[in-house]
Amino acid sequence: MGADSAPRAHRVIGRALRKVDAVAKVTGATKFADDLSLPRMLYAKLLRSPHPHARLVRLDPSGALALPGVQAILTGRDLPTPFGILPVSQDEHALALDRVRFVGDPVAAVAAVSEDVAIAALDRIAVEYEPLPAITSAEEAVQRAAPRIHDYGDGGNLHKLIHLEFGDVEEGFREADLVVEDLLFYEGSTHLPMEQHAALADWSPDGRLTLWSSTQTPHYVHRALAKVLGLAPSRIRVIACPNGGGFGGKSDPFSHEIVVAKLAMVTGRPVKITLTREEVFYCHRGRHPTLMWVKTGVKRDGSITAMHFKSLLDGGGYGSYGVASTYYTGALQTVTYQVPRYKFQGARAFTNKPPCGPKRGHGTPQPRFALEVHLDKIAERLGMDPAELRLRHLVLPHTLTANYLRVGSMGLGRCIQQVVEGSGWREKFRRLPYGRGVGLACSSYLSGAGLPIYWNNMPHSGVQLKLDRGGGVTVFCGSTDIGQGSDSILAYITAEVLGVDPLDVRVVTADTDLTPVDLGSYSSRVTLMSGNAVLQAAERARDLLRGPAAQRLGVPPQQLVFADGRVFDAADPGRGLSFAEAVELAEAAGGTVGTVGSYTPPAAAGRYRGAGVGPSPAYSYTAAVAEVEVDPETGVVTVPRIWIAHDVGQCINRAAVVGQIEGSVYMGLGEALMEEMAYRANRNVVHRAPSMLEYKSPTTLEMCDVITYLIEDPDPNGPFGAKEVGQGPLLPVPPAIANAVYDAVGVRVDEVPITPEKVLKAIKAKAKGESGRVGPTRFPEIPWPEPIRVPPPWAGGDGQAISGEARRPAEFKTRKSDLSAVGGGGS
Amino acid sequence: MVQPKVTIRFEVNGEPVEAAFASHKTLLEVLREDLGLTGTKHGCELGECGTCTVLLDGVPVLSCLVLAAACGGRRVRTVEGLARGPELHPLQRAFADLGAAQCGYCTPGFLLAAEALLAANPRPSREDIEQALAGNLCRCTGYHKIYQAVELAAAWMRGETAEPDTEVLYGRG
Amino acid sequence: MLRLPPFSYEQPKSLRQALALKADAGPEGAFVAGGTDLYPNMKRRQVTPRVVISLAGVRALARAPSLRGSEGACTVGSMVTLSALAGNRLIRRHYPVVAHAAELISTPLLRNMGTLGGNLCLDTRCNYYDQTYEWRKAIHFCLKKDGQTCWVAPGSARCWAVNSSDLAPVMVALDAQYVVVGPGGERLVPAARFYLNDGINYLAKQPDEVLTAVRLPAPDSWDAAYEKLRRRGSFDFPVLGVAVWVRWDGARVAEARVVLGAVSSSPQPVPEAAQAIAGTGLEDEAIEAAALAAFRPSKPMDNTDFGLAWRKEMTRTLVRRALLRLRRRRDEGAAR
Repeated sequence: MGADSAPRAHRVIGRALRKVDAVAKVTGATKFADDLSLPRMLYAKLLRSPHPHARLVRLDPSGALALPGVQAILTGRDLPTPFGILPVSQDEHALALDRVRFVGDPVAAVAAVSEDVAIAALDRIAVEYEPLPAITSAEEAVQRAAPRIHDYGDGGNLHKLIHLEFGDVEEGFREADLVVEDLLFYEGSTHLPMEQHAALADWSPDGRLTLWSSTQTPHYVHRALAKVLGLAPSRIRVIACPNGGGFGGKSDPFSHEIVVAKLAMVTGRPVKITLTREEVFYCHRGRHPTLMWVKTGVKRDGSITAMHFKSLLDGGGYGSYGVASTYYTGALQTVTYQVPRYKFQGARAFTNKPPCGPKRGHGTPQPRFALEVHLDKIAERLGMDPAELRLRHLVLPHTLTANYLRVGSMGLGRCIQQVVEGSGWREKFRRLPYGRGVGLACSSYLSGAGLPIYWNNMPHSGVQLKLDRGGGVTVFCGSTDIGQGSDSILAYITAEVLGVDPLDVRVVTADTDLTPVDLGSYSSRVTLMSGNAVLQAAERARDLLRGPAAQRLGVPPQQLVFADGRVFDAADPGRGLSFAEAVELAEAAGGTVGTVGSYTPPAAAGRYRGAGVGPSPAYSYTAAVAEVEVDPETGVVTVPRIWIAHDVGQCINRAAVVGQIEGSVYMGLGEALMEEMAYRANRNVVHRAPSMLEYKSPTTLEMCDVITYLIEDPDPNGPFGAKEVGQGPLLPVPPAIANAVYDAVGVRVDEVPITPEKVLKAIKAKAKGESGRVGPTRFPEIPWPEPIRVPPPWAGGDGQAISGEARRPAEFKTRKSDLSAVGGGGS
Repeated sequence: MVQPKVTIRFEVNGEPVEAAFASHKTLLEVLREDLGLTGTKHGCELGECGTCTVLLDGVPVLSCLVLAAACGGRRVRTVEGLARGPELHPLQRAFADLGAAQCGYCTPGFLLAAEALLAANPRPSREDIEQALAGNLCRCTGYHKIYQAVELAAAWMRGETAEPDTEVLYGRG
Repeated sequence: MLRLPPFSYEQPKSLRQALALKADAGPEGAFVAGGTDLYPNMKRRQVTPRVVISLAGVRALARAPSLRGSEGACTVGSMVTLSALAGNRLIRRHYPVVAHAAELISTPLLRNMGTLGGNLCLDTRCNYYDQTYEWRKAIHFCLKKDGQTCWVAPGSARCWAVNSSDLAPVMVALDAQYVVVGPGGERLVPAARFYLNDGINYLAKQPDEVLTAVRLPAPDSWDAAYEKLRRRGSFDFPVLGVAVWVRWDGARVAEARVVLGAVSSSPQPVPEAAQAIAGTGLEDEAIEAAALAAFRPSKPMDNTDFGLAWRKEMTRTLVRRALLRLRRRRDEGAAR
């Protein structure tokens, strides 16, 4: 890969160009899923459970069917096949079969001639429930094994238990000069894309189904539709419309997508559904509320001797990506600072709430928050500057971590130096007046998961390229633009390699009939993976054009340059052809000009069970300094500015990179200060306020200034050296703010969101001589399985477990891969 | 459930329009569903996000809370009516150039709120812009590129030859 | 898409016509001003009138603020939008507290639609009530609509939905008069008596009456301030509002009013707090005494964003800040 990453002046790569879809977006021409309509289209609505946990006793749709304009009603029995994003948790039904598991769980569906009629019909569906006791929190799920929310998992209401040990941490703690323990909590939050999910299905009497949907993962929706509807995949076409924001919230196959497809099949008419904002909260799949305990041993110089990390995730009512999320809470602790011995115990609980899943950073913002606050405390105990402590013990580039993650390029040191310098850290840290403070935190994230979600040996991303006689180039790729700019990336890379203008490149994406598979817009994988695929396809196309052009020009093929819409002699630039002429020559010589490209990530180094989560072709790195002002009378925290440096390898579009960073800071700021998925445990576990008004997303008036530094250190695995930027820059924001609050007023709020109530409580406690800390106080006893022990590379390990595997629950034994890996997606 | 319809005449993007619809439909619904102007988006339908902003007699309002039946004789401007012929409106050009639209879903609302701001205040300060756009939520951008695009468009609309700040496009470092 | 329930729409040109239409529709009829309160409530099926009677066509109600009469009081039409109110030169000059409170309401877009009258008649709000039909069904509804229990205080016989207007506590503090017109004619109601401390019956105005105008007292030797507490600088309703009013006698407080918003179903005057500053020069001790006096009866309930304890505690801080602002203005010579 990346023959072109050798230094040469790029013409397109790295510039701040308009995105290919920018004009459509500013003129309102972009068609989002709800903007579509077809003749004779029906409108669907879902009836949802008003109970958090209940048995479905009886469902009578006759009252609704009698309503004029109602065309069809579906219930669970019409769609009895279970589905789910991960092969290990196929635990969802499009409509409840016999059980509902959260308030908002879909129970029945109506198709009617108008949305008004469909809404009126919902209330005429008679449903009888037998309520069951509800599990309202992860802690409660640990304590109460019954009633079980699902009849699978690792016992009782524990969905998943993980226990991995890389080296003897107890030995590491004995060697340490200081051992510190911390308990932290990260509240759940949701993606809140501005666009509510919508889907439109059309069924043709010849047995073909088309679904347009606001999904980040058309390929997985395609598979789920085939499975649940019992149709051949070859008869199903899924088109992902441009997403009006995703952030991971449109990464699962959803009940409403399956339902409209079935309704279209039943009625023979196109059927559309558009979720209300409240229903989007019920789809959720957002950040898992996570309780964490971390224990770290350090030497006086701050070097880590061992780390033990425990997490407990509140998963909600279904599996979703949860098994992967749980692994992710333990996977990436090792890729920033050297951790010679590492032990991880992770648990995911089922509760009667909307299911959690991948939100921007998928499973890693929580442990990153814990780790970076923990390190801040350790630095203070050691009397070290927290920036210095981090800088001294960075993971070295091109090394293997204790848990067998292969780190490639590693620019965290430069990131830290940039934000330290830019923010005036040395003049500010512990030196600002009471009420003002600065805090530093770092992070790392995947540039795409190393393994696919379902086990297969095929590429993760594919591209077909078609070259026209007119000089136009069309890229076909399954990737989905969710606002992060993935369509543009395909055009830029093609344009760079073929020497044409990006506007001469047409991009056709996210259509399972037309485009080769790309796994989807999650885990920050698209620039690297589809970028490498299109790079390969474009290089092959260039090679196809080279021969005939060289022959015509009488120049050695390798001496030809593709640039500025021309193909010319490097030695004599006047001697050349237009790009269109080069295509014509190639077509005359060899027939229709097209190429393919694909990308498969390198094999993971770890070979233990669970090694599938964490490996990535490349890791991005970020450092941030937050400056805060704390009003000691109210506890209100404001963040005037954040300095952030991100190691992106190489920018493909610099403006888009800066945009992803600013957007990540925004979302991190919201999670740090105000966003919260809150439920009323004592009131039927309803979501406290599923609305845009009461789910607090920062407005223009809360957004901080962002000073962005880009660190470019091309990674050998990235196209032109590019790594991810869509998710990683969110991660350091919450811990940097938490650390800054401590610097400002000397109190520790060991959980997010850091609300005024918590800050004031801590300030008051401190004034009374108490600890000045607000946060969780205990980590529950969990029946962990025996550890899977894997000696780290420096202890003679080869990536395989030496014990523990045999003790795994039976249901997993037959699985080839427990899972693999995914993240939430930028924009 | 066939609703009696009301008929109104009003001006949409500079053109006279006659529309007949059920009296309980909002301007948002009539624009999108009866007039095919799907450029106006919706994010909550309760006035809590700003996504559906349009100009009503030049004033930015939430089309999800305006009854279409109340719009007889009034002027409505949507994102479809911003460009002048084939020429993008300066705000559209600046939003496109700076990457102020990521997913683009909130963009029409921001454009119209910004258009109203610039009509009233051709030289807004950063704080003026933050205040004027405080009723529009965006989950993608963190707002900065939007502010910068409004400032750039404002300069263009004042007849100045402005270039985007390189740091805006390229960051530092 | 969340949609309005079906209804028929009327837009009369005169108040008399509006009242007649309401008389015809009876309880099935509802007046609408800017629609920013009624339409969301209708979309959530909290109210489902069959006839909606808009006051937008009644010119007389949109009367811009004007200083009238021998006593120099200011009259403002109830259909003036919040943007127009906040931006009005006369209001900004003589009633900056009104402009300030209006500017803090929701968002610029919503203020272009919402009206003075609408904000003063705002339906009481509650986290258990301002929810869709489906959500409310999951908690078996609440006392305010379709249910038997007030979930804020399940043992209570009354509804505890909260008055969330920013302008109402200001009007009570200013002792503004509301002009109310109904089938029986016109009556003048002091702001304090316009509000009832009951989440369901929260207005003294009858459903068939229209709030047509507000009369603000003549700007003379008084000053007033409003402080609003909320999560974000935009969108959010107050979780606590504090309006303070003083009549200066030189540098001393001759008379005072302290009114809390968003802690009960009506704006809540706290005479003890007013007494604590009456006759003082707003020295630190007087301000602290008033803040403490306001803190004691401040009893927020679980019906807004944030926890009760913090909201109650903030009463002290906000009263202190509002009074400090008045003192500062006096010291800067800006006080009237």
